[in-house]
Amino acid sequence: MSRPDAPLPNDLPRPAGELERLEAAWRLAQGWRIVTAVNNTVVGYFYIATAFLFFVLAGILALLMRLQLAVPGNDFLSQETYNQIFTMHGTVMMFLFAVPAVEALGVMLLPQMLGARDLPFPRLGAFAFWAYFVGGLVFFCTLFFGTAPSGGWFMYPPLTGMRYSPDIGADWWLLGIGFIEISAIAGAIEIIVGVLRTRAPGMTLSRMPVFAWTMLVFAWMIVFAFPAVILATILLELERAFDWPFFIGERGGDPLLWQHLFWFFGHPEVYIIFLPAAGVVSMIVPAMTGVPLVSYRLIVVALIAIGFFSFGLWVHHMFTTGIPPLSLAFFSAASMAVAVPSGIQIFAWIATMAAGRLRFTAASFFVLGFLVIFTIGGLTGVMVALVPFDRQAHDTYFVVAHLHYVLFGGMVFPLFAAFYYWAPAFSRRPLSERLGKWVCGFFVLGFNVAFLPMHVTGLIGMPRRVYTYPAGMGWDGLNLVSTAGAFLVAAGVLLFLVDLARNLRPFGQAAGDVWRAGTLEWLPNHTYATRSIPRVNSREPLWDQPDLAREVEAGRHYLPGSATGRRETIVTSAVEAEPQYVMRLTGPGWAHLLAALFTAAFFLLLTVKQVELAACCGVLALVAIVIWLWETDPAPAAAADIGGGIRLPTYASGSLSHSWWAMVVLLLVAAALYLSYVFSYLYLWTVAPQHWSRNAAAAADTSSLPVLALAASALSLFLGHRFLRREGPHLTVVASAAGLGSLFLIAALGLDLWSHWQSGLRPQAHGHAALVYANAVLQFQIGAAVLVMAAFLIARIVAGKVDRTRRVCFDNLGLLWGYALGQAGLGLVLTRGFPQLLE
Amino acid sequence: MSVARLTLLVASLPALAGCSEIQSALAPRGPDAERILTLGLVLLVGAIAILLIVLVALVLALYGSDRWRRRLASANAVKLGGLAFPIVTLTILLGYGIWLMREELAAAVRPPALRIEVTGEQWWWRLAYLQPDGSRIAEANEIRIPVGQEVEFALNAADVIHSFWVPSLGGKLDMVPGRTNRLRLTAQREGIYRGQCAEYCGGPHALMALEIVAMPAEAFERWLAAAASPPEPVTEAARAGRDLFHRSGCGACHAIRGTEARGAVGPDLSRLGGRRFLAAASLRLDEDSIGRFIHDGQSLKPGNQMPEFRIFSATELRMLSAYLASLK
Repeated sequence: MSRPDAPLPNDLPRPAGELERLEAAWRLAQGWRIVTAVNNTVVGYFYIATAFLFFVLAGILALLMRLQLAVPGNDFLSQETYNQIFTMHGTVMMFLFAVPAVEALGVMLLPQMLGARDLPFPRLGAFAFWAYFVGGLVFFCTLFFGTAPSGGWFMYPPLTGMRYSPDIGADWWLLGIGFIEISAIAGAIEIIVGVLRTRAPGMTLSRMPVFAWTMLVFAWMIVFAFPAVILATILLELERAFDWPFFIGERGGDPLLWQHLFWFFGHPEVYIIFLPAAGVVSMIVPAMTGVPLVSYRLIVVALIAIGFFSFGLWVHHMFTTGIPPLSLAFFSAASMAVAVPSGIQIFAWIATMAAGRLRFTAASFFVLGFLVIFTIGGLTGVMVALVPFDRQAHDTYFVVAHLHYVLFGGMVFPLFAAFYYWAPAFSRRPLSERLGKWVCGFFVLGFNVAFLPMHVTGLIGMPRRVYTYPAGMGWDGLNLVSTAGAFLVAAGVLLFLVDLARNLRPFGQAAGDVWRAGTLEWLPNHTYATRSIPRVNSREPLWDQPDLAREVEAGRHYLPGSATGRRETIVTSAVEAEPQYVMRLTGPGWAHLLAALFTAAFFLLLTVKQVELAACCGVLALVAIVIWLWETDPAPAAAADIGGGIRLPTYASGSLSHSWWAMVVLLLVAAALYLSYVFSYLYLWTVAPQHWSRNAAAAADTSSLPVLALAASALSLFLGHRFLRREGPHLTVVASAAGLGSLFLIAALGLDLWSHWQSGLRPQAHGHAALVYANAVLQFQIGAAVLVMAAFLIARIVAGKVDRTRRVCFDNLGLLWGYALGQAGLGLVLTRGFPQLLE
Repeated sequence: MSVARLTLLVASLPALAGCSEIQSALAPRGPDAERILTLGLVLLVGAIAILLIVLVALVLALYGSDRWRRRLASANAVKLGGLAFPIVTLTILLGYGIWLMREELAAAVRPPALRIEVTGEQWWWRLAYLQPDGSRIAEANEIRIPVGQEVEFALNAADVIHSFWVPSLGGKLDMVPGRTNRLRLTAQREGIYRGQCAEYCGGPHALMALEIVAMPAEAFERWLAAAASPPEPVTEAARAGRDLFHRSGCGACHAIRGTEARGAVGPDLSRLGGRRFLAAASLRLDEDSIGRFIHDGQSLKPGNQMPEFRIFSATELRMLSAYLASLK
């Protein structure tokens, strides 16, 4: 660790042309070509703006609902329109506003906060944004054609199955939202690698800002939670399109399987949304009180605890489904336990306010509003966590009130606090303090007027999701009050838009550190982020090193220019943040943009059953992705001197490489998806075991061929790995091993599928059969990816872009390939071995 | 016990406020609903106390004396307020909640006084009173039960997931296709208790309600026994309505005991005239509304499974209504 009085890494004066070279490498595209930009601040702006647009749109839907419910027996909206609107309100708020909004905050803030020049995969981040932008807008527009989904944001089958929802609405939901979740996962991978590997030298994990901690936990939770709902959407779409009965009770499926998968995602989702918001509060409170956060370590432990606990309480959304009382008691306990880490955070914020003096800025107002409203939501959460109480409150307006206290209080208030707090870091003018306080006032008043009465409305009998209600139930007055409150909130949003129009001036020289905050995002910021990358010695470097801003701007810290003439950032070790190598980042381009557009088109066209057009777009997307990836993995260049006597390599492979880390996280996503499948398989077995024993014998005698093919594939992988390490002309062996090996893998999967078909098993027969074929779908998904990556590797070997040092391309294929072999083996054990065990 | 008195007080609040008590968890008329309200009040008092503690801490942190602020700013205050305090209160609450669930476990062992099978369908309730001899008496949408006796409801669903919820008597339980869930309710007082489907089931989910009529045990027995002897229409119009009903093929979907109408698609109409409501408690029943529902059903309950029968003249509708209203 460097001492505070250690000499700075780089001396003055800086060589002529250094700054110009840095600026040239990071130059932004001008005019409309800005859409090709990949800088986190530009993509972050697009991202936040789009998420905010969806907040406004879904908010308008809420106002329409409130108008309809203002009086009993209203016919302002028709039944079908109302059902579509409440489905879209929930879906858009959850999937198109809340998750993207916090992910966008991460994209916008993390590199600056961590002292990186950009996120590690700029084009992936831009790809994720554009996919979300196009997919989300098309999805929303289905409302204007009356073809929006109307099965509720939770999409419970059988209501959303083909029989009861033959229209296209459910398909829009399944394919549209499934697709947007993939984009969220792409963002999560980028955030994990960014937080773990691109922190400024010296920013150990224990010096990392709490917001970065929350984004890290957030991203890991996405990695493990989203696959469950992605699997659920795959299964339901297969059921709808091909009649594979996963969720049809009378055919060996079970509607409750969907609920388990959905809430295994859906409950963590609440904390996925809330954690980064809590991180925002943990940044603003110290900045506004002028003292460090009290109990930093306890807060970090609490965040991680929330991440774990939140996966153990999905059943509390299913308390009324008739699950045995003993398991209800367990999930009830787990649901209450998760309140403890939230309590820790609340008292830590209060302690921090007591330790300093809170400045009453607009951001502070929103934080205080958050504290009170979220606490109320947490307390009603404890109420519904108790099974007997939930049996009355569940699916009534009491729960509507509770969830809005948690989500609007716990996420929207901190988000607005974040807008007011961080605007000066990214806008030439801060937002108006006066208007901000008015916005907050409208929110606090309107929100409570709208939602506080709903607790009572629910308890005196009003269920959720009703498009109308009869007079004389005692609900009339309360509903009218709620409607009035909703419009007060809307007035607040309108006022905020005025503030944005008057004061938000993106790009150009930002207003800067107007709050005298302590973290790195308040350093002078340019298109290339900071001029030089500081060494960090504490949690609040700007407070502890008063000259830091000046030194950084003068180029006296690390990497004050561009060593290779390209965009770069320093990669550091995950825990101690010791510099390891200089990563070259990709710049602006069209390929990732086209890839996003064609991928979106692929999914959207598939939804409207334009299979040929969809296939064309799929191929074009693949081509665009190959073009985009071709430029990544540049040849190793000379070592870079970043200052302070540190020379870093410009290339890394194996477990040192950021790309290896991203691949491992991706494999964890795949593993989570497959484990959700294993759960589904075993779950349906407990529900309808008769279909298992009936098919046990049939598949048993044909297992040997697929196993042999898998073994051949594994041998090829091993050979490729060995030969790549040798000197000399062995690359042809590597290429052949990759080609043959991936074909062996596909052959194994094909043989397995074929033998099931030969045995007379058809996916439409019953739940078990459908699961056997669903296994094939999941296996071929990975198999196809291995095949494409093997072809990519062969092409790069032919082009002379792979050798024993420049081997990231092979490393990534090897990881995926090895995983595919393991998953295929597990699949064989499960679909062939398990039924035999039951004999 | 003061909690019980408080429960009573809160239970009377809806009436004082002019709210209807017909479908309210705050107006319990059965032991299950009463227990839950008591629990709810305990939770509410606890929640308000905790909220006050947080608010007081917040105000002291912002405006308190230096001594208070020093105390609050310590790491120990965070551990005490954020860790110890919630663990203790939550453990107590959880223990209390599980203690309450114990009653539900015990209840399942006793044989109930009466078993009723309720099947949720889009968008009405199919009923069957299960007789000791194994026979079933079909009904729909209005459930009659003897007051003071424990009734077991065997809950199924025919199509999508529904949820059976009569808040004044107790908590809800879902109706899941392919499964049977069992719920026990007791009405302590005579009266009419409204319930409503509490799981979104598509289309007119909002218009899928039911009523439980709790009546004295003897009256209930008489009513149930009367099912064996269906009434004959007495008026001219009702007899004409009966003939029209059967001639028009209404029996393809609806059943009326003792007649050729044996349809099992729609609600059983054997005692339609005795019900207070039509179309799953969404339309007040009288002779006029029966005719209107046959003719304009889709505007009265949009999306319901019965097509509008515009073939009937106004006179014919009156005849049909007279017949159906006479079935009690």
